[in-house]
Amino acid sequence: MDKAKSMVDKKGASGPFHAGQRSCNGHVNGCGNPGLASASGLENNHHHHHHVHRGAADAECNGSPAKRSRLRRRTESMRRHRPPFPWFGMDIGGTLVKLVYFEPVDITAEEEQEEVENLKSIRRYLTSNVAYGKTGVRDVHLELRNLTMCGRTGNLHFIRFPTQAMPRFIQMGHDKNFSSLHTTLCATGGGAYKFENDFRTMAELELLKLDELDCLIRGLLFVDRVGFNGHPECYYFQNPSDTQSCVKQPCTLDNPFPMLLVNIGSGVSILAVYSEDNYKRVTGTSLGGGTFLGLCCLLTGCETFEEALEMASKGDSTNVDKLVKDIYGGDYERFGLQGSAVASSFGHMMSKEKRDTISKEDLARATLVTITNNIGSIARMCAVNEKIERVVFVGNFLRINTVSTKLLAYAMDFWSKGQLRALFLEHEGYFGAVGALMELLKTTEDP
Amino acid sequence: MAECSPVDSSKASRHTMDKSITLPPDEIFRNLENAKRFAIDIGGSLTKLAYYSTVQHKVAKVRSFDHSAKEAASDKLYEISVQEEVTPRLHFIKFENAYIETCLDFIKDHLVNTETKVIKATGGGAHKFKELLERKLGLRVDKEDEMTCLIKGCNFVLRNIPHEAFVYAKHADSEFRFQTTHPDIFPYLLVNIGSGVSIVKVESEDQFERIGGSSIGGGTFWGLGALLTKTKRFDELLQLASKGQHTSVDMLVKDIYGGSYGSLGLTGDLIASSFGKSATADKEFSKEDMAKSLLHMISNDIGQLACLYAKLHNLSRVYFGGFFIRGHPVTMHTITYSINFFTKGEVQALFLRHEGYLGAIGAFLKGAEEDNPNQYSWGENYAGSSGLMSISPDMNPMQRARSGTFDMLEMDRLERQLVNLSLLQDPSSYIPDTVDLTEDAMAREYWLDCFEEALDGVVKRAVASQPDMPESVERAEKFRHKYRHKLQTLRQQPFAYGSLTVRSLLDTREHCLNEFNFPDPYSKIKQRENDVALKFYQKAVRTLEALSWEERQFALVRGVLAGNVFDWGAKAVSDVLESDPEFGFEEAKRQLEERPWLVDSYDQWFHRLKGRPHKCALFFVDNSGVDIILGVMPFVRELLSRGTEVVLASNSGPALNDVTNGELQILTERIAAMDPIIQAGLREDRLTLIQSGSSSPCLDLSRLDKVLAMVVRERNTDLVIIEGMGRAIHTNYYATLSCESLKMAVIKNSWLADRLGGKLFSVVFKYEVPAGTGGLMEATVPPSP
Repeated sequence: MDKAKSMVDKKGASGPFHAGQRSCNGHVNGCGNPGLASASGLENNHHHHHHVHRGAADAECNGSPAKRSRLRRRTESMRRHRPPFPWFGMDIGGTLVKLVYFEPVDITAEEEQEEVENLKSIRRYLTSNVAYGKTGVRDVHLELRNLTMCGRTGNLHFIRFPTQAMPRFIQMGHDKNFSSLHTTLCATGGGAYKFENDFRTMAELELLKLDELDCLIRGLLFVDRVGFNGHPECYYFQNPSDTQSCVKQPCTLDNPFPMLLVNIGSGVSILAVYSEDNYKRVTGTSLGGGTFLGLCCLLTGCETFEEALEMASKGDSTNVDKLVKDIYGGDYERFGLQGSAVASSFGHMMSKEKRDTISKEDLARATLVTITNNIGSIARMCAVNEKIERVVFVGNFLRINTVSTKLLAYAMDFWSKGQLRALFLEHEGYFGAVGALMELLKTTEDP
Repeated sequence: MAECSPVDSSKASRHTMDKSITLPPDEIFRNLENAKRFAIDIGGSLTKLAYYSTVQHKVAKVRSFDHSAKEAASDKLYEISVQEEVTPRLHFIKFENAYIETCLDFIKDHLVNTETKVIKATGGGAHKFKELLERKLGLRVDKEDEMTCLIKGCNFVLRNIPHEAFVYAKHADSEFRFQTTHPDIFPYLLVNIGSGVSIVKVESEDQFERIGGSSIGGGTFWGLGALLTKTKRFDELLQLASKGQHTSVDMLVKDIYGGSYGSLGLTGDLIASSFGKSATADKEFSKEDMAKSLLHMISNDIGQLACLYAKLHNLSRVYFGGFFIRGHPVTMHTITYSINFFTKGEVQALFLRHEGYLGAIGAFLKGAEEDNPNQYSWGENYAGSSGLMSISPDMNPMQRARSGTFDMLEMDRLERQLVNLSLLQDPSSYIPDTVDLTEDAMAREYWLDCFEEALDGVVKRAVASQPDMPESVERAEKFRHKYRHKLQTLRQQPFAYGSLTVRSLLDTREHCLNEFNFPDPYSKIKQRENDVALKFYQKAVRTLEALSWEERQFALVRGVLAGNVFDWGAKAVSDVLESDPEFGFEEAKRQLEERPWLVDSYDQWFHRLKGRPHKCALFFVDNSGVDIILGVMPFVRELLSRGTEVVLASNSGPALNDVTNGELQILTERIAAMDPIIQAGLREDRLTLIQSGSSSPCLDLSRLDKVLAMVVRERNTDLVIIEGMGRAIHTNYYATLSCESLKMAVIKNSWLADRLGGKLFSVVFKYEVPAGTGGLMEATVPPSP
């Protein structure tokens, strides 16, 4: 908490309350029409302060009667515009479904009474478990606590499950009679389009489909602004070129624009972002997280991303890849190539003898290094072509994947001779879902 | 990465290859006796050997008789002698690494008379075979940097082989669309896909830079492909890939979206995640599908990087090479597709016909620097070169592998350095040939038949041209065999030597004739015709003098056209000429089509003649005999009289009955002796005879003798006259020049006449004034006296 406070003090607007202030733009928490939001911005700050220091229980009290009255008016006004609970944001990708759930912790007794049973059961189910079915997982360590969104305080939960489980998920929506809650399900990612009809016919749910890149950027900027429970959301690697002294360092995205945003999901999209609403998709590549996992499954027989990464962490890619020195005996000086540079990914595997003796771990590692280097290379070229020095990598490929993050940091630094810096975000793959949730909070107010 | 070719394949292939082959020395390592300057490029599976040698062959020379001595024995104008001439030739041979020992032994045995001590070596296998090379050949191995060799080789082929680069289009009528090489070949991007990828920006002969690369290349396809499919050989992997369906392995946009991602313009069939569907344990994937998916993944990735670099460096010419490409239709297709996708057509993926030889050529050039090969022009010898193999995947792949066992490229040093004609409107878009037979299947069939039918006659004349040599019959049969084989190859692979054209068919025939020492089968015919025609010269001039100015202008044009009917190159005419030698000049005039001609801008030409005389006319002449003497010379005479300087451009070497520069020198001297106007022209240097640099019945204005091009520039040439079917119809019919031009020809081929909407002996008289010049204004000047 102290840290949070000091950060708020230090950073002022970029602290947790910034979200509230930014609401005047009608974007970030989207909770107000611009007039309303700007009038209440400061209030909102105070409001949140209480929670930070005292918790949710005493949200009602404090302050002068006038202030309290103002607060009540504001709250009531917001309430009229607020979408009904539950608040979800969903991003249905090619491989994973990312779900963010806002759990209000400022529920009044009155509210509690009004709350319908299945809403309660959903909340209990989601917040009291960390795993759902065989494949659903809540990333507890990512939870954003005591967050104020749309005038409500609560915890933001981050849940993921494989896209393959989507039919079961829709079935569950039907079984729990989700449609009776009259909530809008904001969904982004390709699956929003692909499963739209299934939602409608199987669960009587209408999806509000949102563009995935809009959501990604909005969600990213929001999470960066509110921070990670008092810590910065963003980090980079110090001394990326030296494996011994390479360390993760938190940092802030004070002035994020322009940035090159590299989103590594199943595939990769690369965006040049100039402001919250002004961006373009520069290019993309089909060699992404899906390729890593797909090839690993074929090469090693593994079944999950975690398994693949675990193997990769133990492997040595130089048994698989041909290095410059394997060909030239050392550096290729004519072209200034170091002997340790990879000349040919999987180049050693042209030899049958080597294929017969290679370990699964080495293969997994080589796959990971190949995919990562390639993304780094394309990202770097795009950064140069677009004349952008800040490269932000996100997406679930980077989850628990320090091999890749460090490699990307190194590749950016090395090939640009220190000109480019690779930045990473703690909530890697969830920004699209957060962006979708924000859209929910925004759209319901629009008349 | 530089091509660091996978050396392991040689081991694999050794098991399956029969090493005890017998080499047919007539065909493979030719001219070893005088060979020097060896270079070798040993890749992962193929070895490319290069050497310089000299070819001794016979050339026909003409020499004027000493007429002052009044040699009674002969009333002939000049004497023909066949002399031995030595021409430098570059030999490049490509064969599988499995044959390397046999080949080295063979070379050692046949390599006599050489002072060579060193062999230049490059390629990934150079170090591996170093010891073998030194032991077998007794030469010191001198290693050269791969990339430097590659670029040197690339510059060399781009500069010397007109149809070197092509665009690949899998589903088009012809798979290959050859590009005219821009006169300035720099700058360009070379993407070399060996086991890794190197992206090199080439800015000049010696200036190049590796601007990027990728480790995902041919080695990745091979290595990863072998792991996934348990298939060992690169070619087999490609074959698997060509049969597979990548959609069962790749996650497409529609797999994620259910359709397209409209707002971004991404169609549903686009690959969102390569191998995205294989992230599951409970499904089996076919080898073919995985190989296909892998191929797409790697090709797309390379294409994307190439585009990013091309964009960053603002380059639009991107050549692809390396063993990943090496003529494989599958990889050329996927790379082309990828480049089109990423650049939306702004950049074309270009491939090279002799891509496999670049390293060897470059290594050779490094070793031959003291001969300074780059100061000469070189020409691909169609007789000695294998040409591009059929690479259609549907054809028997084994046939491809076998025919690819020994592949050859031979390049002759041309006596003259060849350059662009400065009067071409746009040298970079100039295409000499009127019809591309590679694309026009009907025309192709006609001309291939036509050349095949004419073969008997050519053989007969070849034998007849050497009556004192009894073995000429045997040689002529060898010629017949070779040329017929070429024609058969071209039926299957019209793209073998670049775009197939009437010109290339004619040139191939000349190369084959030369190969078997028939340097000039028409020499005697030309001699006889020149003799006869010369006797009528004065009479013809007198007749023309008697005409009014207006009548004379028309008669002169008719004279050129009628003279042009005398053409042994055209089948319809050669039949008549052979059967009826009395077919005379007057007869030819009667045969001519009456005006209006098929293409008729005589009125404009006539109008122009009333204006200011041209400063200098460049006249590309055609046939010997009546054509040059009774048709062209009177026309030239008139130009000289008008005050126009004339440059007569004739062939450097013989082709059919075309007048060569050597013959024309003698003829002109003889005419000058009879005609004061011609004499004055020669004396005052207003009439100049210069060789064109060509030995072809056709004309490529982008490859002309440097001296000719210089004179044309110096004299401010403002009129170009091109005469004859070969030069004005088969080629240059559509050529646009920056000055006035006149194209005159009689169509002596009924099929072609039909195509052009005319009939046999239809006349093309095409006078053109470039847009925006003062042609009309000049025409308003009052007529000269």
